[in-house]
Amino acid sequence: MNGSSVLRKHSLKNVLSIFESRFFSSTSEATFETKPFKLHKLENGPSTTVTLSSEDAIKYYKQMQTIRRIETAAGNLYKEKIVRGFCHLYSGQEACAVGMKAMFRDTDSIITAYRAHGWTYLMGVDPFSVLSELTGRKSGNARGKGGSMHMYAKNFYGGNGIVGAQVPLGAGIALAAKYLGTGGVCFTLYGDGAANQGQVFEAYNMSKLWDIPCVYVCENNGYGMGTSSERASASVAYYTRGDYIPGIWVDGMDILAVREAARFAIDYCSSGKGPLVMETATYRYSGHSMSDPGTSYRTRDEIQEVRQTRDPITSFKEKIIGANLVNIDELKQIDKEIKAQIDDAVKRAKADTEIPLSELSGDIYAKPLETKVRGVSPFESLEHIRIGQAVNLN
Amino acid sequence: MAFTISFHKPSALTNTVKILKRSLNTTRVLANKQMTVRDALNSAMDDEMERDERVFILGEEVAMYDGAYKVSRGLYKKYGEKRVIDTPITEIGFAGIAVGAAMAGLRPICEFMTFNFSLQAIDHVINSAAKTFYMSAGLVNVPIVFRGPNGAAAGVAAQHSQCFGAWYSQCPGLKVISPYNSEDARGLLKAAIRDPDPVVFLENELLYGNQYPITDEVLDKDFVLPIGKAKIERKGDHITFVAHSKGVELALDAAKELSSVGIEAEVINLRSLRPLDINTIIQSVVRTNHIISIEQGWPYAGIGSEISAQIMESEAFYHLDAPVIRVTGADVPMPYTKSLEIAALPQINNIVDAAKKLLGV
Repeated sequence: MNGSSVLRKHSLKNVLSIFESRFFSSTSEATFETKPFKLHKLENGPSTTVTLSSEDAIKYYKQMQTIRRIETAAGNLYKEKIVRGFCHLYSGQEACAVGMKAMFRDTDSIITAYRAHGWTYLMGVDPFSVLSELTGRKSGNARGKGGSMHMYAKNFYGGNGIVGAQVPLGAGIALAAKYLGTGGVCFTLYGDGAANQGQVFEAYNMSKLWDIPCVYVCENNGYGMGTSSERASASVAYYTRGDYIPGIWVDGMDILAVREAARFAIDYCSSGKGPLVMETATYRYSGHSMSDPGTSYRTRDEIQEVRQTRDPITSFKEKIIGANLVNIDELKQIDKEIKAQIDDAVKRAKADTEIPLSELSGDIYAKPLETKVRGVSPFESLEHIRIGQAVNLN
Repeated sequence: MAFTISFHKPSALTNTVKILKRSLNTTRVLANKQMTVRDALNSAMDDEMERDERVFILGEEVAMYDGAYKVSRGLYKKYGEKRVIDTPITEIGFAGIAVGAAMAGLRPICEFMTFNFSLQAIDHVINSAAKTFYMSAGLVNVPIVFRGPNGAAAGVAAQHSQCFGAWYSQCPGLKVISPYNSEDARGLLKAAIRDPDPVVFLENELLYGNQYPITDEVLDKDFVLPIGKAKIERKGDHITFVAHSKGVELALDAAKELSSVGIEAEVINLRSLRPLDINTIIQSVVRTNHIISIEQGWPYAGIGSEISAQIMESEAFYHLDAPVIRVTGADVPMPYTKSLEIAALPQINNIVDAAKKLLGV
């Protein structure tokens, strides 16, 4: 994967780079070549020639680096026993999310599984709110009631804890887009582990029958918990497993490749051709969740090798510096800012308070029909209260 | 019965024959229109689809076949394939699609050919539909109706004869409705479709073809019944029968039989299982001092168990002259054998006998 995207042409070399402002790079645009896409039942795929502006380069770098920092902070908070229960980290997979999000229009939606922190941030939620959800505090995205796996935003339907269940849900979100004529598509994400769930194939079938604009994205990080994809799947060519649904294999460690595939997928699905499957080949550095050291079913060397040769952030950084889209000082400054931002968010997420006990019986129903909710004994009657802005109330 | 009920309230029985059958006004009933439960459900969906473009039906055989039990008859012709969608036989998939569509702003009616098959999809009913509003701290509500026939049909054996009332009622976040007659079916289904929360709507196949009198008010396009409110189907002072769905029919028949021996039973039609209208039950028990719950579902952790527990925890307990008794389906999987099937389901005489035992007559 190393060097899969190489600098192809870059005509303008600015010899006076030493005098440049640290906030502006010498080149405003560069072109790269991605690793070839593998196609299933498609005559043409995404373009392997990718153009990137310096503005976008900085944006993507910032987004990927922010996700990495959020996840590092989440891992630390877990080790400090401040984050409870489950905590699944996205480190190593950042290019998948940032690449897709880069192409989203206002009408496009996304639903994912339980590795949701990065997506929540990308869909507009402040890192402080993501981290506060992890610490279970009131400034959390779901007021601390959802935790690591259940966060939401406009066009972002979570954060789902049941492996594979989000797949038909995503098809349903896409069905709604078609029904309402919004022109949007739904990116429906699942891992290589969930790819074997029966309901995935039920959703494939119906979405193809009904030409639902759903982009099924199998983020193949190589392992479903501790079972490698080869040990769990009779076919690991996940992009072909929609059978009658066309598919694309994408280098999920290259944000530009993912972006091009997402561009293609949106065009394809919103032109009425029905669903598409997209496999992003990626890797997770951490264990499945925090209770998994991630070393019994794979070697430390394997993880180290990916970190050194395929890391989505490092490789992108080298690429954009090499193309003179940004300079190293600029990136150092960004790193510093992100670190400060996340450090501050962590501090506030720790200091924040939990919601009051009265919210135990809050928002069970959008239209509650009873005012009283039973507590742990008949002597502990609770009051149903409404707090959140139910989006489908009327 | 593991114990003998020896205590009763004879005083209540002494003045039994006072208001015998006065309340039955047959001329009014005859003047009313009749409607089957099937047509009541069908007209409810038709009304709501006309009223709100976002309402659509999906499920197995709902469109071209006109519904496995003909509940959606004619709707495909009227509304077309966009709004009446035949699905393959893949419950978890189409239930998940329906929930996703509801999250994204539509108002799906997800038909299970029978609720037995909802077990294939129960994860989406419970984990995707019921819990999302709470987990999202009140952001993403899921306006969906899961409906279809529930409970025992006739001669279809164990896998196709089960009541899911207790199963779904246990989960906070769901509203669960179990209608009895045409008025219930029409008023409550319309209310369920308009409701912004997930509703499980448990119909009964054996009641689909039954005709019940309905008024013009029930036929009105804006007629809805409140979810969570029970209805007293029959007034009585000696004992309370509380039932839902087919159980209401049994309770009414038992009450009629008891009336001939001077026992007047009050029959409460629960209509909703969650919320449970416990206040109506308590008020009745305070007057009658005796209560029997009647359901076709299993006894273990059933609807009757819940009613019994809630009575124990309420002031009604102090008004009881006898323990709460449950008349339920037997604690066995449903046999195909005809004689055994009858023995596995509550019959009128079971209720009559239980009532007499309770009242000490």
